Amino acid sequence: MSQTSETVSSVPLGQQLGANQILDEVFEPSPFSKIRKRIFKNHSFLIGTIILLSILGVAVFAPVLVPHDPYDQELSSRLMNPFWHDKKHAVEHVLGTDKVGRDYLSRLIYGAQVSLLIGFSSMLISGIIGTVMGVTAGYFGGRVDMVVNFIINTRLAMPVFLVAMAAVVAFGASLTVVILVLGLFLWDRFAVVMRSITMQARDLDYVNAARAIGCSTPHIIVREIFPNVLSSLTVIATVEMANAILLEAALSFLGFGVQAPTPSWGLMLNEAREYMFFSPWLLALPGACLFMLVLAINLFGDGLRDVTMGQER
Amino acid sequence: MLAYTLKRTFVAFLILIVVSALTFSLSHLSTDPAMTIAGETASEADIEAIRKLYGYDRPVYEQYISWATRAMSGDFGESFHYRQRVSEMISGRIGTTMTLGLCAILFALAISIPLGTIAAIRPNSWIDRIALFIAVIGQALPTFWFALMMIIVFGVWWRWLPISGNTTWQHFVMPTIALGYYATPALMRLTRAGMIEVLASDYIRTAKAKGLRPMTVLFKHALRNAIIPVVSLAAVWFGFMLGGSIVIETIFNLKGIGWLSYDALLRADLPVVQAIVLIFASFYVVLTLFADLLNAYLDPRISVR
Amino acid sequence: MTKTVLEIEDLHVDIPVSAGVLHPVRGISFSVERGETLCIVGESGCGKSLTSLSMMGLLPKTAQVSAGRMEFLGRDLRLLSEREMSDVRGASMAMIFQEPMTSLNPAYTIGNQLEEAYRRHNKGARSDARDRAVFLLEKVGISAASSRLKQYPHQLSGGLRQRVMIAMALMCGPDLVIADEPTTALDVTIQAQILHLLAELQREFDMGMVLITHDLGIVARVADKVAVMYAGKIVEAGPCTSVFENPLHPYTQGLLRCIPVPGKTARGAHLGSIPGVVPNLVGDLQGCMFRNRCEYATSACADMGEEAQSVGDGHSYTCVLSPDEASMDADNKKVANA
Repeated sequence: MSQTSETVSSVPLGQQLGANQILDEVFEPSPFSKIRKRIFKNHSFLIGTIILLSILGVAVFAPVLVPHDPYDQELSSRLMNPFWHDKKHAVEHVLGTDKVGRDYLSRLIYGAQVSLLIGFSSMLISGIIGTVMGVTAGYFGGRVDMVVNFIINTRLAMPVFLVAMAAVVAFGASLTVVILVLGLFLWDRFAVVMRSITMQARDLDYVNAARAIGCSTPHIIVREIFPNVLSSLTVIATVEMANAILLEAALSFLGFGVQAPTPSWGLMLNEAREYMFFSPWLLALPGACLFMLVLAINLFGDGLRDVTMGQER
Repeated sequence: MLAYTLKRTFVAFLILIVVSALTFSLSHLSTDPAMTIAGETASEADIEAIRKLYGYDRPVYEQYISWATRAMSGDFGESFHYRQRVSEMISGRIGTTMTLGLCAILFALAISIPLGTIAAIRPNSWIDRIALFIAVIGQALPTFWFALMMIIVFGVWWRWLPISGNTTWQHFVMPTIALGYYATPALMRLTRAGMIEVLASDYIRTAKAKGLRPMTVLFKHALRNAIIPVVSLAAVWFGFMLGGSIVIETIFNLKGIGWLSYDALLRADLPVVQAIVLIFASFYVVLTLFADLLNAYLDPRISVR
Repeated sequence: MTKTVLEIEDLHVDIPVSAGVLHPVRGISFSVERGETLCIVGESGCGKSLTSLSMMGLLPKTAQVSAGRMEFLGRDLRLLSEREMSDVRGASMAMIFQEPMTSLNPAYTIGNQLEEAYRRHNKGARSDARDRAVFLLEKVGISAASSRLKQYPHQLSGGLRQRVMIAMALMCGPDLVIADEPTTALDVTIQAQILHLLAELQREFDMGMVLITHDLGIVARVADKVAVMYAGKIVEAGPCTSVFENPLHPYTQGLLRCIPVPGKTARGAHLGSIPGVVPNLVGDLQGCMFRNRCEYATSACADMGEEAQSVGDGHSYTCVLSPDEASMDADNKKVANA
């Protein structure tokens, strides 16, 4: 009655566990299906993406979708009411017209174009400025870092809204000026985060390990640092895009942004103020569109972060 | 500690110089101050005379230096439009803005801290979801639209609150909410995250092991530590509120310095704009320093060296 | 004063997790008398910390605690409301934790935290609490006690902080102290001092002590009784000398083999180790959970019941091997090699 033969024939628990572990490794889902699973579990991300894509679609296909030219003034049918009001309402102007007879629905649809254009462009500009500043500061450190920090703090100290208005007054109010002004003001978060990522990445273990096995510096930057950076960048990009859109709306609302006749939602709110007590939908609709767009961008950004979290390292 | 404060103050001073110089160049680019002062009906000769009188024919940097030196003693010159001393105009109106800003940040804290705390105690419960929902909605809501909708609902349809002016405390209710809610998501998330982290820490376990009552554990031990970054952030947000008061004051006709800056910009009233930019920037700089010192004071582990 | 401070019988802790139900504690029994030190020893993950937390009622709400008996000073712990339990905690049952560096609130002075423990359970003047704090700080060997009260935790070293924790546990004169790996995070030299301190205080205040550790050296030094835990069960228990001189369970024997003995262990000889890992404790568990790591395992181990075998004077163990088969001789080999 040897001990060893008894042990072998009794299939110890340890062996069973080992087998299970091997099975797990074989059947472990691929990275793609893991991401896909995470995307569909995250409801808010889905909602945000769907809304965002819809608004994007509306903006891109605006020329096809609009019933009228948004700049077309029909002074004979001014201030028509939307279809749910039965007093004076016209069939061809589903949401009514504004004070110079322009179709409201068309302007609303084109407003999406304006907001998205402004949001995206200024985000791009501020992203480039901020990334360059942040990476420079993080990589070189020392005096360069001090100078960049000073610049960032100066920017943070400025009352952005006020100075933006002053800039618009100085350079004239147009779409281009608004985009440039916003782009030149909203780079601070990019700079701060890129700086800290660069500083961390400079001394990171896996960078040192890569260097130790002979990888060159550009190789390191592209292969190791970049994927990590990408997820933070996209999240900040969405935040700043939302900020830019809200800021432009506020500027236009006060008259210091996009000028008439460009159909900006902020501008439409400005125009609506006169009639807000009698026709509250003039206020509700453009504002609701702004809200939906910004909400969608925020949900998309938050969801993106949640979904890509745990992907790096 | 003293050296640290001095260093910060010096940097702050530099920042203010840069900010005001930038604004100065910007405004002098946009308008001809002599023309604004002279008015619409003035002749070329009059404008030229005014230009010489006020020194607008000197190079910009010289003008800036003389402005800056006078500003340091509180002399911001005279308003182009109102012919009043700018410092008087500001001191008369700054109280309204400060009141609004303070109420707004207190409102935000009054909502964020309790909500964030309860959400942290019961993560993933229905109240947690409501709190996160409020945060998400709050971040996406455009301030001025929210203000206008509130005016329609509470001022016109239901007539609960006044919609214009600043005479009674009721006048401040809607502006406070409109300005304050925007800080709520950030503060609430920070409270929640901080509380979750603190409640999982060892010293909370020790407090429970001593048999302390749950309220004591929550307030005396947990909140006291979790609140530190929240308070610092609130100080910074207070600065943002002051800057964001422009839109709100304009909508609700609260004549604080935010409204004043908007009015001045419309009229190209440069001295007023210059002064207000400097004031907002100073507030921000002072508030961030205050936030750091507050942080150091509340956390015995930090010694500000 | 009651002799038996703590009496635990058939304690179970079950925690629902996503994969099923986790059973970290699966029916353990032990008792502690006044003036006696029970050491619960085992490797990480065997359930010893959860046992102590369940006695104090500090487990999260999702954990389910059940037992045949759970009596502290004659009171049934399971019948106590949360409020009554919090009256017991810190007052008659106190706990010392493993990480002194993080177990004190950094925002308050140690005086504040010490006095708070006292004033929660005792009415009276603030000065009473302060006097008691000073008294205990001196007892635990901290000099300049009254000025120490105004210090913050980050101003003290790890060893000092642990002494403060000990003083804090004693503020209300508990009948039972549970120390969960009190010296693991400390330097070896400080370890000895803290253990010595604990033993002295226990004698002086006539308390029962449960000391949880993974270090057999500590057990040998301070334990009156020892309980060896593995995978949620006590596999061997008894008076310290009896268990050390005649370890019967293969796990205990394995643990003892891991320790090199000066003079006995030959230079270059293999230091014992127990191959394998602690098993997953989720779901239905049958038989002896050590069998996959045990060199004496047989087919009978899978069906092993719960009864322990006793070899007199309180020494018992749970194994299929009989006491004769299980005993080891001087060369650490099984006496009867079947």
